[in-house]
Amino acid sequence: MSDVQDYNSSLGDAAQSRKYETFSYLPTLTPESTRAQIQYIVDKGWNPGIEHTEPENAASNYWYMWKLPMFGETDVDAILAEIENCHKAHPENHVRLLGFDNFAQSAGAAMVIHRGVSV
Amino acid sequence: MAKTYNAGVKEYRETYWMPEYTPKDTDILACFKITPQDGVPREEVAAAVAAESSTGTWTTVWTDLLTDLDYYKGRCYAIEDVPGDDTCFYAFVAYPIDLFEEGSVVNILTSLVGNVFGFKALRALRLEDIRFPVAYVMTCNGPPQGIQVERDILNKYGRPLLGCTIKPKLGLSAKNYGRACYEGLRGGLDFTKDDENVNSQPFMRWRHRFDFVMEAIHKAEAETGERKGHYLNVTAPTSDEMMKRAEYAKEIGAPIIMHDYLTGGLSANTQLAQWCQDNGMLLHIHRAMHAVLDRNPHHGIHFRVLTKVLRLSGGDHLHSGTVVGKLEGDRDATLGWIDIMRDSYIKEDRSRGIFFDQDWGSMPGVIPVASGGIHVWHMPALVSIFGDDSCLQFGGGTLGHPWGNAAGAAANRVAVEACVEARNQGVELEKEGKDILTKAAAHSPELKIAMETWKEIKFEFDTVDKIDVAHK
Repeated sequence: MSDVQDYNSSLGDAAQSRKYETFSYLPTLTPESTRAQIQYIVDKGWNPGIEHTEPENAASNYWYMWKLPMFGETDVDAILAEIENCHKAHPENHVRLLGFDNFAQSAGAAMVIHRGVSV
Repeated sequence: MAKTYNAGVKEYRETYWMPEYTPKDTDILACFKITPQDGVPREEVAAAVAAESSTGTWTTVWTDLLTDLDYYKGRCYAIEDVPGDDTCFYAFVAYPIDLFEEGSVVNILTSLVGNVFGFKALRALRLEDIRFPVAYVMTCNGPPQGIQVERDILNKYGRPLLGCTIKPKLGLSAKNYGRACYEGLRGGLDFTKDDENVNSQPFMRWRHRFDFVMEAIHKAEAETGERKGHYLNVTAPTSDEMMKRAEYAKEIGAPIIMHDYLTGGLSANTQLAQWCQDNGMLLHIHRAMHAVLDRNPHHGIHFRVLTKVLRLSGGDHLHSGTVVGKLEGDRDATLGWIDIMRDSYIKEDRSRGIFFDQDWGSMPGVIPVASGGIHVWHMPALVSIFGDDSCLQFGGGTLGHPWGNAAGAAANRVAVEACVEARNQGVELEKEGKDILTKAAAHSPELKIAMETWKEIKFEFDTVDKIDVAHK
């Protein structure tokens, strides 16, 4: 059994165990990868939307919208700047980026860009 | 002028072969692959198929004259060669919509694949495709929730869903079974699944299984902060019993239940799907018995027909084959029926075996489920073939991980997310798959050991049922 590795996850260890949205099992996205993911949302013709929440309320469907979804915005830098604005205003909160597909009436992408301290 | 009654046997083609007929938008159209007995002319046997699957019988009867059979009859309007096979031909038959009860795939199949399949003038008969007119589609209930609603219920966007069928298929106690589910779910799976033959056996009665599995779901949700589910199989000996199990699953808060639509039967399936829609439940559909019906290239019912039948009867998930795993499935044909599951309008495309345009109107789509002999090395190909609106299920490929289910689940979750990240960056998954996984494994010991474990496993057998193309 010495070569079997324990799977480290528990109710008590929130930072290690809690996961949010796509890419939560990968290391934090690099700035280049974040840009590429935003570009993907733009290229798909989806509308970027930024939402945030206190970590203790993350289970809710409705995180707080940061302003309104950025309808028609295609400038990656502008989208990144809004993510940073949201993060600066709510540094303790999880901040996620969504790509709203209005034809499917669903999100085509969802990823947490800044993680607060999980509970 | 009124017709007169002449008793006796007429050739079918006098009545049912109508090459001049232009199908109406409301007709139900069928494409049969017919292998006739030697010496029977094509038009005659094709007309016989049209007759025997609609209004006709072997002899003229006086009651024919009490109605307008020219209106009600099925009619064969075209015959085509089968590319690469001289033993058989395609016959296209149009049926007026009035021949079928609204909202009843049961009624349609009873006509189209009824007595006619045992007809002596045929050596073999295969139903290749059906065009359901949108007027008929809109009389059916269809998938209980559909793809977008499922994503909203589960809060999962922008990637394929991940599942795992619990093994061994049979013999675990309910408590041990719940343990296997919990381990998979806490490791990063979205779903675990009852195997198709898990119903309510002496070693694990359904109610104990449901209770233990729900505890597994609740704990994994609290631990990971993600929403989880387990396909609780409610397939049962009677539809009353099926409904009893479904009601209990709802009572304890399960998000999704499961049914085997062919062995359980289409009436039961349609009933369950309507109940799921009324009760906000997701419905996973297994397809045991399909290969009995669909694998022989000359006889039976093609899976693309069974796919359409399920979408009409109702289900949110349907097993589709994997292309790359241990089970049969030609790549082009599979891509064809995946579109039939998910899209709202599918164009005729013979290269993928699709014989008719199919308009689904506003009917929701079904998520294709790739399951059977797949593991992490298949992940890049699976993400490429199936895209985001799919459920990838690794049974042995999760539970067989040397460190257990949680590690196996994590390996698959890391792999799928790495593939999605790379795809979104414009990387070609099937070409760069090895690099993507190797890079991801640098941060995931669970993925690294999974890649070492399954490195050499391949399933390279030729497909039995191929698309008909000239290959001789």
